[in-house]
Amino acid sequence: MNDTPRRSPSPPLRSSGDQRRGDPESSATTDRTPEPASTPERAMGVEPGDSVRRRRAARPRGARQLDSTALIYLVLVAVVAVSAVLTGIEGRNFFSQGNIWAVLTAMSVLGLIAIGQTLVILVGSLDLSVPYVVSLATVIAAGGMKGLDGNIPAAVFNTLVVCAVIGLVMGLLVSLLHVHGFIASLGIGLVVSGYLGTNYQGSHGAAAPDLRLLGRSGIVGWIPTAFLVLLACAVLVTLMLRYTRLGHHVYAIGGNRDVARMSGVRIALPVVSAHVLCSVLAGLAALLLLSRTGVGSPTIGSQGRYDLLSIAAVVLGGTLLAGGKGSVVGTMGGVAIFAVLDNVMGVMQVNPFLKDFVRGLVIVLAVAVYARRSVVRRPPRFGASRPVLPVPAAKGPSTKGEPA
Amino acid sequence: MSATTTSAPSTAGRTLPLTDGSLVQRLLRGAVTPGGAVFILAAILFMAVVWANPSFGDPPQLIRFIGRTAPIAIAAMGQYYVIVSGEFDLSMGAVIATQVVIAGNYIGDDESRVLPAIALMLLIGVVVGLVNGLGTTILRVPSFIVTLGTMLALGGLVRFLTGGAATGNPVDAFREIGRGGIQDVPVLEVLPYPVIILVVIMVAGVWLMRSPFGRTIIATGDNPDAASLAGAHVWWVKTRAFILSSLSATVAGILLVGYAGVHPSVGAGYEFQAITAVVLGGVVLGGGRGWILSAAAGAFALELLFSFLNFQEVESTWRPTVQGVIIILAVAAAGRAWSLGRRPTRTSPPAPPASSAAPSAPSPTTARPGTETGEI
Repeated sequence: MNDTPRRSPSPPLRSSGDQRRGDPESSATTDRTPEPASTPERAMGVEPGDSVRRRRAARPRGARQLDSTALIYLVLVAVVAVSAVLTGIEGRNFFSQGNIWAVLTAMSVLGLIAIGQTLVILVGSLDLSVPYVVSLATVIAAGGMKGLDGNIPAAVFNTLVVCAVIGLVMGLLVSLLHVHGFIASLGIGLVVSGYLGTNYQGSHGAAAPDLRLLGRSGIVGWIPTAFLVLLACAVLVTLMLRYTRLGHHVYAIGGNRDVARMSGVRIALPVVSAHVLCSVLAGLAALLLLSRTGVGSPTIGSQGRYDLLSIAAVVLGGTLLAGGKGSVVGTMGGVAIFAVLDNVMGVMQVNPFLKDFVRGLVIVLAVAVYARRSVVRRPPRFGASRPVLPVPAAKGPSTKGEPA
Repeated sequence: MSATTTSAPSTAGRTLPLTDGSLVQRLLRGAVTPGGAVFILAAILFMAVVWANPSFGDPPQLIRFIGRTAPIAIAAMGQYYVIVSGEFDLSMGAVIATQVVIAGNYIGDDESRVLPAIALMLLIGVVVGLVNGLGTTILRVPSFIVTLGTMLALGGLVRFLTGGAATGNPVDAFREIGRGGIQDVPVLEVLPYPVIILVVIMVAGVWLMRSPFGRTIIATGDNPDAASLAGAHVWWVKTRAFILSSLSATVAGILLVGYAGVHPSVGAGYEFQAITAVVLGGVVLGGGRGWILSAAAGAFALELLFSFLNFQEVESTWRPTVQGVIIILAVAAAGRAWSLGRRPTRTSPPAPPASSAAPSAPSPTTARPGTETGEI
């Protein structure tokens, strides 16, 4: 799958000028002018670079210095402000104790899944199986607990182990068999959904009273326990990404898999651990869901559309869909935006179908805002079949330094 | 695809395996690529279905099956353009639902509105494709996210307008497009319109992929930077791919009205079905490799598999599981096969970089179509 023969002609083309920075950007923006075909290579390398620099200089300073995480939190503040006004018009207080509690609770499930999704996307893969993993986890956990407190440890353990195994299979498919993450997770998701559809009709089992109590408990009446779980996981994963070898390898592999491998990084371990962590976090999210609903449901995940929404939240949070750049902090911002939007639409009693319409618009517009400014300097990479350009390779270290 | 490319000078070390030899030899070699293997897979599945249910092989039965499969095959070919250009189109299902609901509500009992309605639906298809394409290329939002957005927005809007229930019922003349056919054809008894439309779209697709646009789209999917440096308008090429995809979804929607009736959930899951079919057809996610007819063959293989499972009386709830296993296996095998096909060039000793770089430079580009599109 490596494009050695194809790569060979491009280096003389690309490395001609000293404009490595500007080159890929210009190639993306100057599509309309067909001049590259005729101009000599060297002149071509310099010209767009200059124009890029001029364009950079023309940009307002403030916007240029903001990184995407800061931007996403600015957007979040704006969304909260608008929501507070809209809620106020409805005669309610957005910052009331109950409403804050509701928003934070809504954040927790999607948030946990999105943390896992962030890991998987950072490493250059994708996980479309989360809704089915969530459904399966609620069914297994509820079935194992049978409404008795004594069964909690065993049920929780079983659930998380099953999730880990699913993640392990996916990770192995992606890392060893080189199946694209999109296909591997789509396939695993279909397999699990077939199992669920065949063996479970309707709700199944019952959550233990203690777990349900956990779902209703919280600190000082403002912060639900579920949110604390989310916060703990976010902190742990952030620490993992920033301070451990594994975390750095995740960024390196997502940035450029081939370069990472040639630099002596073992690909399999980070890819597999990202997928395992993602599935385990989905299982944890399922336990939180179970603590609220009380029964396992084989369709709860696909109803929540956690696959697409979590990916949208991750991308909204400034993580590159191609991998290698992004952070859990940004993802939390993206999840919070979704939660606030949902909340305010709930308060305003928007038609549930119209909610999807608004959500879709917000996703595209919000991502457009900064996808336009944080120019992706390398081609989106879907699997090893992408040609590996020399320029992205050179950019590898600098994109790696920016995130987290 | 002619043999002229083999006569390129100074590339004797890397002659192209797929472009020399007789037609039969080329067919045989093509069958080993994932794009060719899907035809063999479809043939095997077809034999399995006929073995399970001999009447399936009768021409009338068979042509009806092809008619039933036409919408998904058309959708797969639409998805092919987008995938081969290196993007995704998740909005397909929502587009189908939108078109179906428009047909149901705008046409109603008025037969004179059929043609305006079709024009309107095609126009909406173009607009959706334009939004997807421009969002991906001009705004530089990943296509996964743009089409996810249009999917949520369109799906939400349609469900909101219809209240999530079946509404409207187009006049029978319109439904005939998906349902009816030319009667009293020899051998086949009836020649369904969907089959005719499918064949027309297939021929048009093959012609399109052999035109400069088709070559450009594959080059763009392979390496957008290189295509742009070679003078291609990448943004417009990709946008056209999205428009073609939405138009295919529109046609699939028109056909589905005849079968399924008017309900906002008609197109649900079509995007993943289409992607599955395309991937099964050996088209590489990420772009640049694959043949359009392989995508259609992937759709047929998938439908044949489902028919086989039906005849074997496997519970329909297991369908997704089988589908999941199949696509994982297909992609894993295809990844192996593509890299196997390339191995000779990889193991050949690297040319001395300075001297032979210039003369060998044109060879990958001239060599490209025959080896890598998977055409037979």
